[in-house]
Amino acid sequence: MKILVVDDERDIEVLFEQRFRREIKSGTIDFVFAYSGEQALQYLNQHVHEAVLILSDINMPGMSGLELLRHIKQKFSHPPPVVMMITAYGDAENYNQAMRLGADDFLTKPLDFSLLKEKLKEKVQ
Amino acid sequence: MSGEPIIIILVIIYLRKALKVKLSIPEWHTRLQWLLYISIGLLVGQALTDNFRIGLHWIAMAILGWLLYVIATNEKFKEARFLVTAILPYLGVTFIAETIRLIDVRFFYRWSSWVDTIQTFAFIWGVGTWIVTRRQRKELIKARQKAIEEEQNNKVISAMKAQLEVDVAERTAELRKQKEELEIALDELKSAQAQLIQSEKMASLGELTAGIAHEIQNPLNFVNNFSEVNKELLLEMKHEIDSGNLSEAKNIAKDIEDNEDKINFHGKRADAIVKSMLQHSRSSSGKKEPTDINALADEYLRLAYHGLRAKDKSFNAKFETDFDDRIGQINIVHQDIGRVLLNLINNAFYAVSEKQKQETPGYEPTITVTTKRIGDQPDNYRVEITVADNGNGVPKRVLDKIFQPFFTTKPTGLGTGLGLSLSYDIITRGHGGELKVETKEGEGAEFIIILPTQ
Repeated sequence: MKILVVDDERDIEVLFEQRFRREIKSGTIDFVFAYSGEQALQYLNQHVHEAVLILSDINMPGMSGLELLRHIKQKFSHPPPVVMMITAYGDAENYNQAMRLGADDFLTKPLDFSLLKEKLKEKVQ
Repeated sequence: MSGEPIIIILVIIYLRKALKVKLSIPEWHTRLQWLLYISIGLLVGQALTDNFRIGLHWIAMAILGWLLYVIATNEKFKEARFLVTAILPYLGVTFIAETIRLIDVRFFYRWSSWVDTIQTFAFIWGVGTWIVTRRQRKELIKARQKAIEEEQNNKVISAMKAQLEVDVAERTAELRKQKEELEIALDELKSAQAQLIQSEKMASLGELTAGIAHEIQNPLNFVNNFSEVNKELLLEMKHEIDSGNLSEAKNIAKDIEDNEDKINFHGKRADAIVKSMLQHSRSSSGKKEPTDINALADEYLRLAYHGLRAKDKSFNAKFETDFDDRIGQINIVHQDIGRVLLNLINNAFYAVSEKQKQETPGYEPTITVTTKRIGDQPDNYRVEITVADNGNGVPKRVLDKIFQPFFTTKPTGLGTGLGLSLSYDIITRGHGGELKVETKEGEGAEFIIILPTQ
């Protein structure tokens, strides 16, 4: 399973690699990282249907996570990839907007990885 | 014929006229009246017959003598006393001459021309004295009148003075009241100003909090998760050591070490954010400290950006920085300059978000923060900080008003109108620098801060 992680924080890459050490080792999950919404769209355009799941931050310079979400849900509909938002803003307005734009889930930072793993299992099944 | 009756008549007429005897000394009025009739009688008698000439003359002399005596001794005739001086020599000479005539008529006639001469001199003396005295009296009266007038004038003047003093007192009281009212108004204004400055600070703090929340959750995310990862890694490492797999254990130890560095880095990052928030809300210490302008500009750019992003989800803007590494540290009041930067950056973001709402095709909202060192001397140069946006720019008609207190183009409730005026104050008065604006309508605005290092 290929997962695209979008966040402007560079350390997120190391964190995911360590948190999903076993899954990466066993080859069940393959991570790709993008540091902006634009970069993520570019990757998706070049590798159509590769990533089945996208984890995106909302607050990034340039294109925001919510805009990225809107683009993905409009452009890539067959089949639409699962998009989960991860943000430091857990307020209702952010949540509602993400849901309206078609987000499949909404997680807040600091990120609870055991919860994330459970959700990933759920979504894949 | 002798002159005494005429003199008596003249004296009586004078007394009646000058001293107003009828009113002021009524008891003498009748007596003088009688004297007047007697004198007229004497005059007529002298004119009609020569028989009693000498006798009548003596009577006239007696009456005149008595009259002069009264004038000289009675206090009520004090003002007419000069008559005594005027008439007495003539009366005396006549008296001596008549006495000589009684004793030796021949002797009298032999010297009569001399007697006449002496009498004439006495007469001239009398007339002269009369005239001089009259003139003196007139002058005296004039002087007295003048004195009375002056006194009246003085009275008028002192009355006016008293009135003036009253007026002045009233006016002074009025002015004092006004002054007190103004002082109260000034105090109220001062406290209102302090409150406004505080509310401006709070408003900008409000704009910051969302940015701060974001900026703190991100490092916390790493601190929490890396520490949990490390715990797992330590267990794994123990396991590897137990199995005797030492090289693998060493690899894990290296990972743990790297993670510790990350925990430390992000912990410090959170700490710096909290500190800058506290510094922002705290009232300025006014103490200038060496500060890295580039780091300060970067920090506030991020805080402002995330703050705005948190408030308006649809907002999107590019921000670019171009920092001059030659600047180094310069002496500034950290939280004051931070407040200015936050204000300018917030304004810039507001400007581009307003333009974005117009949905111009191909518009890309962009904020650029630039720093530049001007001058090559090691300890005497200037630093230029520019906050540029590609919004709608500042309209010409408001350009000269934007630094005025309470001027705002934002809708009611969105701006206090104090941001730029406080910024202007901090840069010019607080740091001896300049705050300028360059703008093109429809194309954007550039706010330029110039800070001296000395």
